[in-house]
Amino acid sequence: MAINVTRRQFFKLGGAGLASSSLAMMGFAPEPAEASIRQFKLTHAKETRNTCTYCSVGCGILIYSKGDGSKNVEQNVFHIEGDPDHPVSRGSLCPKGAGLLDFVHSKGRLAYPQVREAGSDEWKRISWDEALGRIARHMKDDRDANFVQRNAQGQTVNHWTTTGFLAASGSSNEAGYITHKVVRNLGMVAFDNQARV
Amino acid sequence: MTNHWVDIRNANLILSMGGNSAEAHPVGFRWVTEAIEHNHAELITIDPRFTRTGAVAQDKAFIRTGTDIAFLGGLISYLIETDQIQREYVLNYTDAALIVRPDYGFEDGLFSGYDESTRSYDKQSWMYEMGDDGFVRRDESLSDPRCVYQLLREHYSRYTPDMVSSISGIPVETIQRIWKKIAAMAVPDKTMTILYALGWTQHSIGSQIIRTAAMVQLLLGNMGMPGGGVNALRGHSNIQGLTDLGLLSQLLPGYMTLANAKEQEYRAYIDKRIKQPTVEGQVSYWKNYEKFHVSLMKSWFGEAANEGNNWCFDWLPKLERPLYDILDTFERMSKGELNGYFCQGFNPLASFPDRAKVTRALASLKYLVVMDPLNTETSEFWKNYGEYNDVDPSQIDTEVFRLPTCCFAEDDGSIVNSARWLQWHWAAAPPPGDARPDTRIMGELFLKLKQLYLDEGGVFPDPILNLTWDYKIPAEPKAEELAREYNGRALEDLTDEQGNVTRRAGDQLAGFAELTNDGRTAAGCWIFTGCWTEDGNQMANRDNSDPYGTGNTLGWAWAWPMNRRILYNRASADLQGRPWGANKAFIWWDGKQGAWVGADVPDFPTNSPPSQGQMPFIMQPEGVGHLFAGQSMVDGPFPEHYEPFESPVPQNLLHPGKEKARNNPAARIFDEDREALGKPEEFPHAATTYRLTEHFHFWTKHAELNAIVQPQQFVEIGEALAGEIGIVAGDWVKVSSNRGFIKAVAVVTKRLRPMMIGDKQVHHVGIPLHWGFTGVAKKGYLVNALTPFVGDANTQTPEYKSFTVRVEKA
Amino acid sequence: MINSQNIIARSATTTEPPQVRSHVEEVAKLIDVSKCIGCKACQVACMEWNDLRDDVGECHGTYDNPTDLTAESWTVMRFSEHESADGNLEWLIRKDGCMHCAEPGCLKACPAPGAIVQYANGIVDFDSNHCIGCGYCITGCPFDIPRISPKDQKSYKCTLCSDRVNAGMEPACVKTCPTNCIEFGTKTDMLARAEKRVGDLKALGFRDAGIYDPAGVGGTHVMYVLHHADDPNRYSGLPKDPRISPLVGAWKGVTKPIMSAIIGITAFAGVIHYMTKGPKEEPEDSPEEEHRATRDGGVPPASLGYDATRRRPGAGRNADDRPQGEDR
Repeated sequence: MAINVTRRQFFKLGGAGLASSSLAMMGFAPEPAEASIRQFKLTHAKETRNTCTYCSVGCGILIYSKGDGSKNVEQNVFHIEGDPDHPVSRGSLCPKGAGLLDFVHSKGRLAYPQVREAGSDEWKRISWDEALGRIARHMKDDRDANFVQRNAQGQTVNHWTTTGFLAASGSSNEAGYITHKVVRNLGMVAFDNQARV
Repeated sequence: MTNHWVDIRNANLILSMGGNSAEAHPVGFRWVTEAIEHNHAELITIDPRFTRTGAVAQDKAFIRTGTDIAFLGGLISYLIETDQIQREYVLNYTDAALIVRPDYGFEDGLFSGYDESTRSYDKQSWMYEMGDDGFVRRDESLSDPRCVYQLLREHYSRYTPDMVSSISGIPVETIQRIWKKIAAMAVPDKTMTILYALGWTQHSIGSQIIRTAAMVQLLLGNMGMPGGGVNALRGHSNIQGLTDLGLLSQLLPGYMTLANAKEQEYRAYIDKRIKQPTVEGQVSYWKNYEKFHVSLMKSWFGEAANEGNNWCFDWLPKLERPLYDILDTFERMSKGELNGYFCQGFNPLASFPDRAKVTRALASLKYLVVMDPLNTETSEFWKNYGEYNDVDPSQIDTEVFRLPTCCFAEDDGSIVNSARWLQWHWAAAPPPGDARPDTRIMGELFLKLKQLYLDEGGVFPDPILNLTWDYKIPAEPKAEELAREYNGRALEDLTDEQGNVTRRAGDQLAGFAELTNDGRTAAGCWIFTGCWTEDGNQMANRDNSDPYGTGNTLGWAWAWPMNRRILYNRASADLQGRPWGANKAFIWWDGKQGAWVGADVPDFPTNSPPSQGQMPFIMQPEGVGHLFAGQSMVDGPFPEHYEPFESPVPQNLLHPGKEKARNNPAARIFDEDREALGKPEEFPHAATTYRLTEHFHFWTKHAELNAIVQPQQFVEIGEALAGEIGIVAGDWVKVSSNRGFIKAVAVVTKRLRPMMIGDKQVHHVGIPLHWGFTGVAKKGYLVNALTPFVGDANTQTPEYKSFTVRVEKA
Repeated sequence: MINSQNIIARSATTTEPPQVRSHVEEVAKLIDVSKCIGCKACQVACMEWNDLRDDVGECHGTYDNPTDLTAESWTVMRFSEHESADGNLEWLIRKDGCMHCAEPGCLKACPAPGAIVQYANGIVDFDSNHCIGCGYCITGCPFDIPRISPKDQKSYKCTLCSDRVNAGMEPACVKTCPTNCIEFGTKTDMLARAEKRVGDLKALGFRDAGIYDPAGVGGTHVMYVLHHADDPNRYSGLPKDPRISPLVGAWKGVTKPIMSAIIGITAFAGVIHYMTKGPKEEPEDSPEEEHRATRDGGVPPASLGYDATRRRPGAGRNADDRPQGEDR
C-alpha cells in the first residue's frame, strides 16, 4: 500500500500513520528490543583479491561473491571494497573504485559475439566460431593483398599497413604480451594503445 | 613515476601541475594529504582551473592552458640567477659541465638544423663536443660559454617574470612567490615532488613541458631522492604495462625499437642501439641491448631464430614512416588506405580528436573488430543516435564485429601501476554470457589464421608459422604461462666465468643480468625479468612491511626494474655515498660490506664504490642527467615555449612576428587539419578537456553508481564569461570549434576567472569528457567533436588540452 | 569495544531499554572538511554497501549530485564557493548526512515503536520495518536529514553502517575515503584527533578553525573539523546552533498525554478516511522551501523550544545521563 503524501501534506493531515503509535500509547506492548536491526552481509561470502581496473594508482580491492566454488554453484559478485593490506590504498577507494560493482554488472556488458553487416542498422548474434572465422578470413585476404615485403627502394620492410590494431591499457600484461606477439608478427605497424593519447 | 605513490609522503613541497590528482587519482592523492599533515609539506597547484586538488592546496596559480614551459623556463632562469641550485648535485650528476658543439645555436625561435620543408631538425649540431680521448669535454668551473650550464642560462634569460606573466596570465607577484617556495627545495635535505598527468602530455609541446620539469628537478637535486622525482601519474590501470610491453607503433617490448627501412643490416641496427659510455667508466646500461633483443627473438621464434639468420631480424616489420601513430593511421584511414581495424578495449570514436574525421575514417573500413566488455560508441559508430551520432547506417558499408571480453573481475593476470609495480590479480567470477578473456580471443584468432596459411599458403607466412606457441591448451594460453614467458628462462645451462652452472636449462631467470646475446636465454620483455622466477610469482607478493619507515614496501608485488621503487636512487647519496640529509637517507654505501645498502634495491651496480666514480644515471652514456637533450627529442635540446596550434593569442610573445616560431616548428600537422584550425576572432575562448573524479573516461557512464553521482554532461564557465553571453548556472550552452559542436549544461563558477594576456582578456572554458551516446548516464555529445587533429612533436599525443572554442547560449 | 549495539533508546516505547553495559564506548565519525576533495567516494560506497541506487538525475549547474539527500542517498557532498572580501576564493565541500545526535530529535519525535533506536555506542538507526512514514522524524531533526521514500513511504537516513560497526568494521564511507578526511573511532579518540587537526589548521593560519560537535543536540556522533568554525553556515548552511524543534518539545512535554488520546481518535478517523476515500491528494507546495530554510541558515531551524540546560554534564555517556523523555 503506497500512500502518496508529502511531508507537508502529512502535517496538515494529521494522519493515518500515527495510528500505530497511538495504539502503542494506549497500552499495546511494544515488540522486544533487538540488539541490532541489521544483518552483516559479508558473512560466508568468498573474498577474492584483485586490482582496480580504472586509473593507474593500482588500488587493492576485495571482491565478495556469493557461492563457494562448489560444482553446482556459479560465483556472483555482490560487493567490492578496498583491500586494507594494500600499501598505497590502505583500504580506500575513490568514487570510481567504490562503484566497481556496477561496472561488473553494467547493463552495457556484452555477452555474445555479434556482427553488424555492411549497410545494416542492427546487430546480429553469431557464434564465436563464425565471428573469429570471418575475421581471420578478412585479415588473411587483406594481408595477402597488401603485405609489403620490399618497398619502392627495394628495401626489405615486411610490413602490413592496411590493417591496424589498438590494444587496451585496461587489459592485463598477459593479454598485452600475447597481443603484441601476434600483431607484430603478422607484420602490423599501425599499432598503438592508450599511451599514445 | 620515477618514484611511487607512498613516497609522496616524504616530500616537503608538492607541485601539482599538468594534472589534477585529487580528481583523477584520489587514492594516490591520499599521500599528498599525508605529506601535508605529517611532513608539513605544502601543496601548490598550477592549473587553468580551480580544481578539487586546488580545494585543499595551500597555494595556487591559474595559468593559461599550454604555457607551462614559460612558467618553468622562468623558474630555471630564477634558480640560476639567484644561485639557488643544489650545486654539488648539478656539477656531478648532470651534464651541466659538458661542452656542446660550437655549431649548436638558437635564433628566432628555431634551433640549429631546422628544415622548414619537412618541419624537422637535423640534430647533428645538438651534440656534446668530443675530446681527443674519445670522451665528452667538460668544464668543471661551469664558466665555459659553451658548457650546458651557460647555454641553459642564456636560453632562459629571456624568460623574465614579466615575460612569463604576459604569456601565462599569472600575476608577477604570484609567479615570484611560488618560484621562491620552489627554490627553497634546492637544499640537500628538502625535496619537491612534481605530480603531472595528461595536463602536460596532451599538448603539441607536451614532451618538452615534462622535460622542463625534469630539468628543474635536476637543478634542485631532487631526482633519485625520496620525496622527489618527476611523477607521471598516468591514466589507465595498465597503461604503464602496455607501454613497457611495447604496444606502440615503433616499439618492441622493454623500450626496444623497431628498425626503420634504412636499417637493413642487423649489426648496424644493434650497434646504433648499443650505447657505449661517452664519459669514461660509466655504466651506460643500454650497451646490453643485443642481449635483450636476442632473448626476445628466442622467446618469439625459438629454434627458428639463430645467429645464421640474424635472429630473424627480417621477420620483424620495418618502419617506412617516422611513426604509424593513431593520427597518422586515421589520416590514412580517412583517405581509404586501411581496410581493417581492431579496437581491443579502446573507444577511438570517443577518444580521438576531430570526431567527424574519425567517423569518416571508420566508415571507410571494410571491417572493424571491437573487443570490449562494454558496448562502446566506436562499436556503434554506424548507428543513428540523432544529434549525438547523426549518421545514416545504409551509407556505411563497414562490417563490424563485436566480441565480448572479460573484465578485471573475471580474469587472472597482472597489471602495472604508474609506480611500475606489477600486481597480480585473481578472477572472482565467470564473465557474463559467452564473454571470453582477451588472451583466449587472441589465441584462437591466431590459430585460425595460422590454419589458413597452412591450408592455403599466402604471403610471407614465416613469422606466423614459426611463432612459438607451446601453451598447454593452444587456444587458451593461461596468464601464468604468458607471465613465465615474458619473464624468460634459460634455454641451455648458463655458466659463470669459472664454468660453474648458474642456471639450469629450462629454469626461470631471476633478472635481466642473466640474459645473453648468443641464444641461450629467452625473455619476452627484459625489463620484466625477475617477476616470475624459480621462487614463483613475485607479482603476487603481499608483504607490506616497511622496515626503514620510508614507505618503501619491497615485499609488496614486484616493480621493474629488479624491484627498484625509486629510479636513479644512487643520486639520493652524495659523491662519497652518504645520504644528502639524515631525513632523506634511502640508499648509501656501506664500506664494511662493500656494497650499496638501504631501503631500496640500488639502481646501480651494487658493488661499485663511490671512489670508482660511476654516476647515478646508468641508462645514459654520460652517467648523468641531461639538462641538454642532445638526441632524445625531435624539437630541440632545450624546451621552448610555443603557442598551442589553436590559441586565443595570435603570436608567440617570445618571438613576436616570427610566424615559424608561433607553434611548435617540429610538430606534424596534415594540410586538411591545418585548414580546420579556428581563428581567434571566430573562436575566442581557450578550451581544455579533462576528467572528473566521479568518472573514468567513457567507461563509468555504464556504471549506475557513477552515473548517479555525476549524471549529465556539463561545461564549466566563469561568471564573467557567463555574464557576457547572458547565461546562468543550469542553462544550456553550445560550444563550437571549427570542427564541430557540443551542447551541455553550464556550470557557472567563480573558479574560472578571465586572464589578461598582453592587452587581451582570455576566458577559459572547461570541458569534462565523460559522456556519449551509450551507457546509463544521460546521453551527451562526444567532446572530441571539438578537438584539433594535431599532436606532440615527439609522441603525437593529440593536443586535447589547448584549443579554442566559442560558447553561446543554446 | 566500539561494536556493541545494545539499544539504549527506542522510539515511542514505554518499556525500559535493555540494561546498558558499562564498558560500551561511544563511537564517532570525524569529517575533516579541510582535507575533503569532494570526490563523492563516500556517496558511492554508501549506496553500494547499503544496496541503494538513487535516480540518475540531471546536472543543475553545480557539482552537487544528487542535489539533495534522498531515501537512497544517505549522504551527499555539498559544494560552495566562498569568496572573502580580499578576493580569496575557497571551495568548501561538506559531506552532509545524519549527525547521530546524542539527543536525537528524530527519535524523540518518532511515534512508531522501535522505528528509531539509539545504540549504546551512540548510533541512531532507523528500522524501516516499524516506520509508519509519518515524517515526524524530519520535523524533529535540526539538520533536515531523514527523507521519506516515495516508493515505500518510509523514512531513511544514514545508519552509520551499524551492521559494519557491529562486525568490527568501520562505516563504508570512512573506509573508502581517499584522503582520510573521514575517520572513525571512539568519540574520545575522535575528539583528540579533531583537537590535533584544529591545531594544525591554526598553525596554517586558520584562526577560527574548530570542532563542530553542537551542544544543542547533546553533541553528535558525527563531527566536523572546520577551518571556519565561527561560521558553519558557510559550509552549505550547516546550522550554527542546532536545536530540536519546539514542536517536538511540545509534543513530548505536557501535551503528550492529552495529545495521545486526541491523536488516537484522529488517527483512527484517518484510517477510516483512507480506507473509504483513498489518499488525500494535495498540491505539492514547495517542500524545497522548507529544506532551504533549514540549510541556508537564514532561519535557524530550531531557535526555540529545546532546553539545553536540561542536559547534565556528561550527557550522552550512558542512558542514565540522558534527558528524561516520556518516550523512554
